[in-house]
Amino acid sequence: MSRQRIIWAIIGVLFVVLIGWRANMGRMGRVYVEPTVKVFERVQPEAPPWADSGAKAPRPAWIPATAPAGAVDRPGLWRDRSAAGGEVIGWTSWNEVDATDYFKAQAAARTGGPPVVATLSWPRTVGLWLAALFTLAVFSFLYRDNPFYKFTESVVVGASAAYYMVVGFWNVLVPKLFGSLVPTLVRDLVQPTLREPEIADRVAMVLAGVLGVMLLMQLVPKVRWMAVWPLAFVIGTFAGLKLYTYIESDLLGQLRAATASSPIVIVKEIVPGTALSTPEVAWQSFIASLKNSLLFIGTVCTLFYFFFSMEHKGAAGRVARVGIWFLMITFGAAFGFTVMGRVTLLAKRFEFLFDDWLWFIDPKGVHQAVGMITGAFGVPWS
Amino acid sequence: MLRFLQTLDRRWIFLAMGLAVAVPILLQMRFPEKATPIAEKAFATINDLPDGSRVLLAFDFDPASEPELGPMATSLVRHCALRGYRMYFITLWPFGPQMIADKIREVIRADFPQLVEGEHWVNLGFQAGNEAVMQQAKSDFKRTFPRDDRGIAVGQIPMMAEIRTTRDFACLIAVSAGYPGGKEWVQYVVTPERGSAVPLRAVVGCTGVQTPQLFPYYPGQLDGLIGAIKGAAEYETLVNEFVEERSPGTTIPEKYQEAVRRMGPQLVAHVLMVSLIVLGNVIYFAGRRRGTVA
Repeated sequence: MSRQRIIWAIIGVLFVVLIGWRANMGRMGRVYVEPTVKVFERVQPEAPPWADSGAKAPRPAWIPATAPAGAVDRPGLWRDRSAAGGEVIGWTSWNEVDATDYFKAQAAARTGGPPVVATLSWPRTVGLWLAALFTLAVFSFLYRDNPFYKFTESVVVGASAAYYMVVGFWNVLVPKLFGSLVPTLVRDLVQPTLREPEIADRVAMVLAGVLGVMLLMQLVPKVRWMAVWPLAFVIGTFAGLKLYTYIESDLLGQLRAATASSPIVIVKEIVPGTALSTPEVAWQSFIASLKNSLLFIGTVCTLFYFFFSMEHKGAAGRVARVGIWFLMITFGAAFGFTVMGRVTLLAKRFEFLFDDWLWFIDPKGVHQAVGMITGAFGVPWS
Repeated sequence: MLRFLQTLDRRWIFLAMGLAVAVPILLQMRFPEKATPIAEKAFATINDLPDGSRVLLAFDFDPASEPELGPMATSLVRHCALRGYRMYFITLWPFGPQMIADKIREVIRADFPQLVEGEHWVNLGFQAGNEAVMQQAKSDFKRTFPRDDRGIAVGQIPMMAEIRTTRDFACLIAVSAGYPGGKEWVQYVVTPERGSAVPLRAVVGCTGVQTPQLFPYYPGQLDGLIGAIKGAAEYETLVNEFVEERSPGTTIPEKYQEAVRRMGPQLVAHVLMVSLIVLGNVIYFAGRRRGTVA
């Protein structure tokens, strides 16, 4: 093993030991939760006094009720009979609490205060650690490609695809397709508020469903040709939808913005009652005129650069060259904005590691930062 | 020296960039922000709406772009809540519902508990269909978003009673990370409404990558543009100044200073980036003079 590898291995082991020590002390990467019991009682509302004697009874309603003793320890969704003979359902939801509050409650409990209700959430803590370790695994690609990076990349792609599929199923297939074809079933099983579809909706959804199935035929080599028809439908619809919006919004809208809305010479008037003096107004007029002139020159020159019907030589070549400069400045601005975006993403990941995981910093005041040095060595809570 | 710089391992650059971002975060460096006219215009557009105006908030982004767009979404929701507007949240991105839920929890439920769901704000959730959704919302909004995220039909939600089309909103606020997003909202909904007697006002907040694509729409087809984390920091500053003006002595919570906080590492990283570009050019030209590069 080379000397360099030994040094890296020692640094890695020290890092892991330090992290493990601090984690064991409870000074980093923990998520605390407290229970909230939700209980509802089923009641039968009385019929209003003006209702006919033969009218149907109102539908039963669920109203919030008081949680019985020990309800917090009951797992999952539970059902009971209420004192009045009705039905009671309940469950416990766990809400995240700041670590600061947990520590304070713990300290108070030690000095005779009320017992601590909040507790460590293992699933959420494991999730936090996984997120942190996956972040580090992605960063490791900067050194070189490695199995940790590959694994993390696969997890992200798989989880995202699964999420999209689930959302697509519950937001598109269930309410739109199944909700139109078998509305009663969907209403009874999953979506009580589903409205009764109209005939036109049903026909449209049958057509959409058939096209969807035809699209999947792409996977069957013998009938792959069937997938061409829905593709043609999608492309045709999209092209039609895009065409007129581009003409209206981008072509005409931009033409208007570059010409009628941007006169090259602007002379601002002195508005009575304002504090601006004549030289200030003149300066503002000059700047506004300069801006619009640059806009005009930039637009013309850049358009000229893409005009290939004549050779870019002489005066035409010089105009096109100015166009190239404008294009380069635009690309530079786009690059600058892209860098800004990427740096923000990196900053957020570092914030997550330093704040949520390592507890080195505490900008949101949720885990009472223990300080970078003292925290690193696990100085206990005081 | 020149040879060393020409053959420098790029991983040192990565390390330098990592430190340039990490150190300001650890030291919690932050710098004052001064709003530019474009951010002021976005702020004024929203601020000058009449009390109780209906505002459509389209949160078309996901966790991947949350670091850039999250802070501006927070500021926008807070601003609307402070001004007492009625907020209608929608998204065309499958991950959008979580983003909306986060902002409702962080801002409305935490700091504006007096606002009632269904009367002051409603979360209409996600609809698949991209531009088709925008197109349909223009003609029949309730049909496009038939129920809120709790499953309650919009016919039973009081604040939905006056909504028929997108024309019934005073302002569209789109926070967008890509397709479909701000550009499509401008193309399909805002521009066609521009010629009407009461044009739909529109403010778009977008990622850095999208900002240059949306600049041409301002100010003709857009009333305000909040570009990238810089725009978010400026807008956040304006909202904080607005709060301080209304209630002097108010302490601004850290969650409402997220964008300004995130501009600290930006400054150092950009200084490093500019230095590296200059250095790279110097190395190139020096190498060319010595004949070590083509």
